[in-house]
Formats: sequence, C-alpha cells, structure tokens
Amino acid sequence: MSDATLRPATGLHLPGLSALGPLLALILLVVLGAFLNDNFLSAGNVTNVLARSAFIGMIAVGMTFVITSGGLDLSVGSMAAFIAGVMILAMNALLPGMGVGVPLVLAGMAIALAVGLLAGLGNGLLVTKARIEPFIVTLGTMGIFRSLVTWLADGGTISLDFGVRQFYRPVYYSGLFGVAWPILVFAAVAIAGQVAMRHTRFGRYCEAIGSNDKVALYSAVNVDRIRLLTYVLLGLLVGLATIMYVPRLGSTSGSTGMLWELEAIAAVIIGGTALKGGYGRVWGTVVGVLILSLIDNILNLADLVSPYLNGAIQGVIIVLAVVLQRGKSAA
Amino acid sequence: MSVVAPVLELAGVRKSFGPIEILHGIDFALAAGEVHALIGENGAGKSTIMKILGGFIAPSVGEVRLDGRPAPYHSGAEAEAAGVVVIHQEFNLAPDLTVAENIYLGREIGRVFLDHRAMRAGTQALLDELDSPIRPEARIRDLPVSDRQMVEIAKALSRKARVLIMDEPSAVLTSREVEVLFRQIERLRAQGVALLYTSHRLEEVTRLADRVTVLRDGAVVRRALRGELTEDGMATAMVGRDLEDIYPRKRHHPGEAVLEVHGFCVPPLVADVSFALRRGEVLGISGLVGSGRTELAEGLVGLRPATGEIRRNGVPVAIGSVREAAARGMAYLTEDRKERGLLLDKNLRENLTLSTLARFGAPFLSAAREEAALGKAIADFDIRAPRRDMKVGNLSGGNQQKLLLAKTLLADPEIIIIDEPTRGIDVGTKSQIYAFIDALAAEGKSVIVISSDMPEILGLSDRVLVMRHGRLAGDLAGERISETAVVRLVMGTAEDAAGNPHHV
Repeated sequence: MSDATLRPATGLHLPGLSALGPLLALILLVVLGAFLNDNFLSAGNVTNVLARSAFIGMIAVGMTFVITSGGLDLSVGSMAAFIAGVMILAMNALLPGMGVGVPLVLAGMAIALAVGLLAGLGNGLLVTKARIEPFIVTLGTMGIFRSLVTWLADGGTISLDFGVRQFYRPVYYSGLFGVAWPILVFAAVAIAGQVAMRHTRFGRYCEAIGSNDKVALYSAVNVDRIRLLTYVLLGLLVGLATIMYVPRLGSTSGSTGMLWELEAIAAVIIGGTALKGGYGRVWGTVVGVLILSLIDNILNLADLVSPYLNGAIQGVIIVLAVVLQRGKSAA
Repeated sequence: MSVVAPVLELAGVRKSFGPIEILHGIDFALAAGEVHALIGENGAGKSTIMKILGGFIAPSVGEVRLDGRPAPYHSGAEAEAAGVVVIHQEFNLAPDLTVAENIYLGREIGRVFLDHRAMRAGTQALLDELDSPIRPEARIRDLPVSDRQMVEIAKALSRKARVLIMDEPSAVLTSREVEVLFRQIERLRAQGVALLYTSHRLEEVTRLADRVTVLRDGAVVRRALRGELTEDGMATAMVGRDLEDIYPRKRHHPGEAVLEVHGFCVPPLVADVSFALRRGEVLGISGLVGSGRTELAEGLVGLRPATGEIRRNGVPVAIGSVREAAARGMAYLTEDRKERGLLLDKNLRENLTLSTLARFGAPFLSAAREEAALGKAIADFDIRAPRRDMKVGNLSGGNQQKLLLAKTLLADPEIIIIDEPTRGIDVGTKSQIYAFIDALAAEGKSVIVISSDMPEILGLSDRVLVMRHGRLAGDLAGERISETAVVRLVMGTAEDAAGNPHHV
C-alpha cells in the first residue's frame, strides 16, 4: 500500500493525464490542421472526415467490447466486404420482384444485419464452445470471408443495380439537420456503447472477464454467454457499418474493407482500452478513430509530408499510445 | 548430537515474514548417508525450513552451515551448484522438452551446436543407474507423474547432489511407484547422500527415516532416532496444543437437513461421498492438501462436472453452474482469493457487487445503490481500506478476505462453503472471521468450513468430516472431535467412527 492517506470517496473523478492524452492529441491535430489549411475546418471537410470515420468507428466500438473481455477479432474487414457482397447480390436478386423502393432497401439492410449477426455468432461459438484462441479463430474467418467475397465477385466487383444505387445513395450522402446519416448513426452507436460499458451489467461483466475470467466464473457470471455476445454485437455493428458503406460506392470487391480490422484495433488501443482486456473506454475509442482519420486528412490537405507516409505516422502513434499507457501502469 | 559431522545444518534459525515470526530458533542437522524425516502439520514451518536449506530464502536470524562453514549460496541455483538440491512438489521441469533436454537445461553440452548424442548418452547412463526404463527422448508432458519424479532425481544426481531435499515426494505417487521411489532413496543413502524427506504418511517415515524431527508452530518439539517413535507417537507429538480462545463459543442448535449428498463423485479424485448438512451448523472438512476437499466443494456448486445425488431441503436438484447453485441458495468462497476470488485491478465496489449485479438495477446499474452496499459491507465486516476507490490488490490479505466474505454473503445464501477461511491472514482478522462464521450458524445458515488448519477445524466445527484420497475417511461429532482423532483419520493410522480400518 503506497498510498495510505485517508481520502473519502468522491462520486466524480477527473480522468488522469493518461486518459486525457488521446484527447489532447486530438485537439492538437485539429489545431495543426486548421493552421496548415484554411479549408480544414470547413463544413465540407469536417463532414467528410467524420463520415469516413463512421465505418471504422462503429466497428471499433464493437471491437472495444471484444477486446475488453479479453478477446480479439481480426475478421471484421473481410466480414464487411462479405456482408456487402451478400447484401448487394440479394438486393439485385430481389429487385425484379420488389422493384426500387423503401422495402427493397429495408430488405437489404435486414440481410446485412442478419449476415453480420451470423458471422459474429460463428466467431463467438468457435471461441467459446470449441475453445479456440480468438486470434486463431478470426485469422481463419478473416481468410474465409475475404475468399468468399472474391469468389462471389468472381475476382472482380459486385455492383448494385444502377436504379437502386440512386435510390439508396442518400443514406450516405444526405442527413438530418445538415448532419450526414453515417455521422448520426456513429454518434448513436458511440453513446450507446459508452453507456453500455459504464452503466450496464454487460459492460461490467466484459471488464470482469477480461480482468480475470476465473474470478468471473466463480462469481456466477455466465462467462461464455457474455463472450459470445461481444462477438455477436461486433458482427451486428459490422453489418450496420456496411449498411452505411454500400450506398457510398454502390459496389464491393475482394479489396473492400482491407486492413479495417487493424485500424479498428488501433483505434481501440489508442483510446486507452487495455489490449489484454479488463478495462474498456468507448469514448477513448471514438477519439482514437478520429485521430487516425485526421492524420490521413491532414496529410492529404497539406503538402508537408507525402500522403504515402500515412501508414508510418499512424504506426508511430499506435506505438506511442501503448508506451504512454505502460508509463501509467508502472507509476 | 550425532557422532557424524553434519553436511548441512541450521543453527539458531529464525524467520519472520513482516511482523510475524514463523520459525522460532531452529537447530537442525543433516548427516551424510542418512534419511532424515521432517514432519509436522500444515503451517508448522516445514516448507520454510526447506526453502532456507535450499537457498531460496535467507533466515532472519541464525545461519545455514555447509560442511561446518557458513553456506556459500544465496539462491536456489547457487545451492544446486554447491550440491544442495531441492525437489519441489510441483516439479521444476519444462513439460515440452525431452528428458535429456531437461536434465542438461542450463548446462548443455556443445559449443555452437548442441551435442545431442552426448546429452542423450549421459541421460541414459543416469537413468540406467537408477534402473529406470524412461527414454531420454521422451517428452516430460507424456510421462506419468512418477516418471517425472524420477527425472527430477536423475537431474539432481547429474548435478552431483550431496544433499537431496524432497518435499512430500510420495504425495503424487501410487503405492507401486512409491516402492520404486523408496528403492532409489535407499540406494542414494548407501552412496552417502544426505536426504531430507517430508511426508504426511507416517508409515513411510517409520519405514525410511533414520532420524525424525517433529515441528510444531515453527519450533522443534521432538527429535528421535529410528524406532524411538511409533506412528501414534509422531501424531501426538505433531499436535498436543491447547486451542487458543480466538474461537467463538460454538454449540449451535442444528435443525433439519438442508443439504443431503449421496454417492457424490467429482472425477477423477472424489468418489462416493455422502453426507448431510443441517440448518444452523458448522460442518468442518479436514484432510490433507490434495485429498479432494476443494474438488468436492467445487463439484457441489457446479464448478466441476460431478455425478451423484444432491437434495436441497429434501428435493433432488441438479446444479451445473455457480448461477444454479446461487439460485438454490448455495455459495462457495474459494481458497484462492487472488486468482479466483477477487479482481485485483478493480476497486472494492466492482468486486463486492460482481456476483449479485442483477440486484443493482436493470438495464442501468445504480452507482448509488452499489456505493450504499459497499458502505454497509465496510461497516458490517470491518473492512479497512484507506480509500474506497482503491484497487483491491492493494488491500491487505485480511481485508481482501473480509471483502470476499462480504461479496459471497451479499447473495444472502443459506448454505455457505468456505474454503480455507483464514489462509495467510493475521490472528486478529482470523478471530473476526471466526466470529462471522459463528454468527452465520447462529442465525440459521449452514456453513461448511474446509481447512488445513487443525485448530481452526476443531475450534469452529460442530461436526467434522475427514477426507483422504478423495473419499470420506470418517465423521466425528460432539465429544469425539479431538485433534488426535482427526489427525489419525487424516493420516490413515486409525479406525474411523464405524470401526472400519482405514489403512492406506
């Protein structure tokens, strides 16, 4: 016991410096961006950055729960491509019967969510019932989904029917009160995720399982069910992200969603969630996603550094975030 | 005391951990060519003495002498180099390496490339010397426990051990394997190796030991030469201590049976256990570490697959998980509070409410209700935490245990199984925990206390079950509960309540 001072418990806690670190980095990036390019803070650019962040963001929120409970999911990028492929093929197939309209789009959305749920269920069952390491399971399903979508596309591109595409486009490009739909959906997911992590049993159990799954088991927590749920939730969120992604381009191919899994994991880690599990911070994940998108955006806007170095800078940020976290736990 | 000059000795050794002294001036000598048995109850100080002899820990006062001079080692590795080798209960072998690789681990033959042939040949020679059929290429993982023991012995020999310290080597062996072990011990003795042997099986001590040293509460209470002490004499010497008055005045008034267990088996260890637990009683379960007490308890609350009949208030029930046990009003407090009981990197509140979280609001948890529950637990169980939001890992062992008790009782169970209620905590907290247990029984709950601490079992229990080798060895109640009676049942040197002989 290093700290023997008697201090009464307080209801409110200010996050420590290490928790604020990512937030400070984000603010710094915004200031830097505004300084480098006048266009940076324009409504168009902000919408662009946030809307692009939304896909990875929704996935990263789900990933936060998986990682917090001691798991990992490498398959989300290929899963998104696969869901997009199935969704587009299904909508094209349903088109003659249903015609262009809201029912067809809703059917496509339902199919995307269903496929996401099943894919997450598959990952989760392999982890909890077959007792295979999450890394191995999702490395396997990553390859399977990627290969399946390439096969469905016959090595090329799967495209949504042109008429349907025009009808579906506003789901990405328009919005409510001037805020684009993907941003609104992402914000809703992030808030719900933060509340779920902090104020519900599910979030508490995720942290307990990641902290020590034996203790959770001995404490009457249904460890397998919670773990399974984190993968199902992530699958559903990948489905949701795909629903917002498909109207953007109206097509998918074998290279859709490439490396999304690494960006999502990076965002979670930058945000302060422990990679070994036990502690999750959803708002941190959102900050992490924004940091990664802003770096990309600033490099594209400013001529300072070649955009080709984007990956290198993101890599440095990730390593730096983990080093700073370690400094916290050692102190 | 002996004509032969001792190889290894302890002179006036005291050892304290923090403020608590657990060895009080031990003089002890090991001579070449003898088997010296060190016996005593759990917690008497055997392991500490072995750790000091083997160089793993240093005495607080006094010294270790090798060949009459202060021992030149300060670590286990240095002790091995000096010829003092300890064989631990949990073996020190790399399970994925072969026998030969393990034996030469850290001193491989060869410069740039390993000389596998020479190491295999050397291993084979060692194993031949021990008359062992183990192949040098076998992986440790694939070997039965007795063979692993043999590999440990071969490894000790390869390090030219002059002193071999064996911590309950027979505990994990079958009787046939024990015979093999004994032949090796006798062979080593003939070669002039000094052997220290500990065992809870007193008949082995009678058979093997040239000298016996009996420990009780960190002090030597008896030294004897071969033939001077009977097994009963050893048991009596190991016990014989007044119960301190840290125990509550028991005498509860047990009511009807709330739990009946019939033909209960928890594979692979626990077999055919039957007993009944009554309302308002404290039932003690005694037995050696490894006798199946924890496995029985974990089987009852659904943590391990088990077969047999469980009746709760006369109704047969199936319990497949901790949740189902909780729904039947049963709770289990683990012996391993750091790995299975508490989340060490979480705060008090999150730990307290973990197993009863559903009561604190759905869908959203009420932090205020959780804080209120914590406030009540801190007051009721006298949990002393400098700060309420501190990590549980930074609490003292006693406060951790009180928090764990509070957490277990928050579910308001009718049957509480407490495994090692006071392991590693100080006397003051012990008596508090005893008072909690007593109060539970007094208010009509039923408590099962599993403990290796003999005075604890005797001081708390209305009735005592003794387990040995996964079975019930006896059942003592009322006047028949005595330390000697329990120790006899634990060791298997006496007849049980029904008069059936229970020899190993």
